[in-house]
Amino acid sequence: MTILALDHITLHLGGKPILRDLSIDFWEGHIHALIGPNGAGKSTTANLIMGLAGYRQYDGDILFEGASIKALPIHERAQRGITLAWQEPARFEGLLVKDFILASAKEKTEGRVKKVLDYVGLNPDLYFSRKVDKTLSGGERKRIELASILAMKPKLVLMDEPDSGIDVEALEKIFQALRYLKENQATIIMITHSLTVLQQADHAFLLCCGQLADQGSVYKIAQYFEKNCLPCIDPNPTQLAAMENQ
Amino acid sequence: MMDNATLLDTLYASIGTNRHARCGDPEVARIEIHHNLILGVHLVPGLQVDATETKEGIEAKIVIEKGARIQKPIQICFGMIPETGIQEITLDIHAEEGSRAGIMAYCTFPNAVDIRHVMDARITIGKGAEYAYFERHVHGQNGGVNVVPHTKIHVQEGGRFQTDFELIKGRVGQIDIDLEVTGEAHSVSELKARISGAGEDRIQIRETGHLIGEYARAVLCSNIALRHQAQAQIFNTLTASAAYARGHVDCKEIVQDQAVAKAVPIVEVNHPKAHITHEAAIGSVDSRQLETLMSRGLDEDEAVDLIIQGLLSC
Repeated sequence: MTILALDHITLHLGGKPILRDLSIDFWEGHIHALIGPNGAGKSTTANLIMGLAGYRQYDGDILFEGASIKALPIHERAQRGITLAWQEPARFEGLLVKDFILASAKEKTEGRVKKVLDYVGLNPDLYFSRKVDKTLSGGERKRIELASILAMKPKLVLMDEPDSGIDVEALEKIFQALRYLKENQATIIMITHSLTVLQQADHAFLLCCGQLADQGSVYKIAQYFEKNCLPCIDPNPTQLAAMENQ
Repeated sequence: MMDNATLLDTLYASIGTNRHARCGDPEVARIEIHHNLILGVHLVPGLQVDATETKEGIEAKIVIEKGARIQKPIQICFGMIPETGIQEITLDIHAEEGSRAGIMAYCTFPNAVDIRHVMDARITIGKGAEYAYFERHVHGQNGGVNVVPHTKIHVQEGGRFQTDFELIKGRVGQIDIDLEVTGEAHSVSELKARISGAGEDRIQIRETGHLIGEYARAVLCSNIALRHQAQAQIFNTLTASAAYARGHVDCKEIVQDQAVAKAVPIVEVNHPKAHITHEAAIGSVDSRQLETLMSRGLDEDEAVDLIIQGLLSC
């Protein structure tokens, strides 16, 4: 069953086409990977789904649980269950980890905060009263962001480059959190160009030059991506599609 | 006219606490002042207070005796309950050699319509002494207070001085802070102000530091949030004239609506082995922070409030 549908999305930024007639159905309860080389339009797609500033003017529509969310501001999309984990999470000077997590939590208790911190592999006793500022590493902030998302109990999580700037141990904790979200019926869309991240998905979409070049099993897309996109053999999605058909 | 007990109850209630709960611990020193009335003084070993009432306020000499280590913060409550008036506080504070004390001061003007609160303080931190002063202002919603705290601090060799001024509840009115600290060798000074302005509030902060001894260190820090037509001017000056003196000036201001902020950091280094840095950031709420919180379901106003709460708590 489709939870989110991109319906013929065309987006221009700075006069250049970034997404071109993009249509994708994301199925409920799955971990999807949106893979592609740099500049393919992956992060743009995530930003557009979340409704960030600068990504609000486009042709086409976005349907979430069957209803258009095109006109909704960010927080109303979030209140319907959509959220985004940034490639590089923001720093909040002075804001305590507990307050950051509580702000998004459905269950606003300290016990819940400690539980989600524990779930992403951060000792609650050490992190509960720390600040979400520059004293935390990028990997720590990434896990705290994920903890806030777990506390939110979302229906759809957009994860932009979940492996960016973190070590192997932290990445495993993030994958563990992904599995937890899936077990709790959340749908996940991972933006990545990493084959390691791709392996966590149930299904993959290959983007190229703002178009859907292919979709299918992780194995199929991984093979294709590794062979043709690292490096990109031809930044023309029409030709890529033709090559695959041969 | 209220009796002293009622005044005390009212002062403490205005800062959100109960007098009897706050005054129950005999190990906590207290000084309580309403306008020019000394309502209460409770001392602990190592602390001397010589206070006299003047026409519009009080004059007090406070001494933390040599080597005294006062474990629990000294509580000071200044304030005025009426809508109008003048309160002038003159303080001469000596933290003698090797002493250590912290002061938690509350300044409360819950009903102010036209009140002028003037503080003129001289603080001397003796050799190796440690002194921390946290001042929290509680104002009403009318903004009818003119707060003028002027303080000169001298930190002797190896001394540590820390001050933190907070005015984030109620309207500022007008405030003109002027702090000047001089640090001798191996001294450490931290000056911080955190203020939230709204309406027609006017904020001026002038923090000055002189690092005159080797290895002296200082941080001047101002975090300000402004809304509506509020205006703030921050003048931070830090000079270093001795080897290995280190300092940092930091000013952050979030501006919304028609508010206006101005920051003028001046750093002056007069010794080739001294080093001072400065950082100023003035602008609207960071869009990435805002969008992050909105993507968790907070509306824009809630997100801005949380971001400002963070800024003003550090």
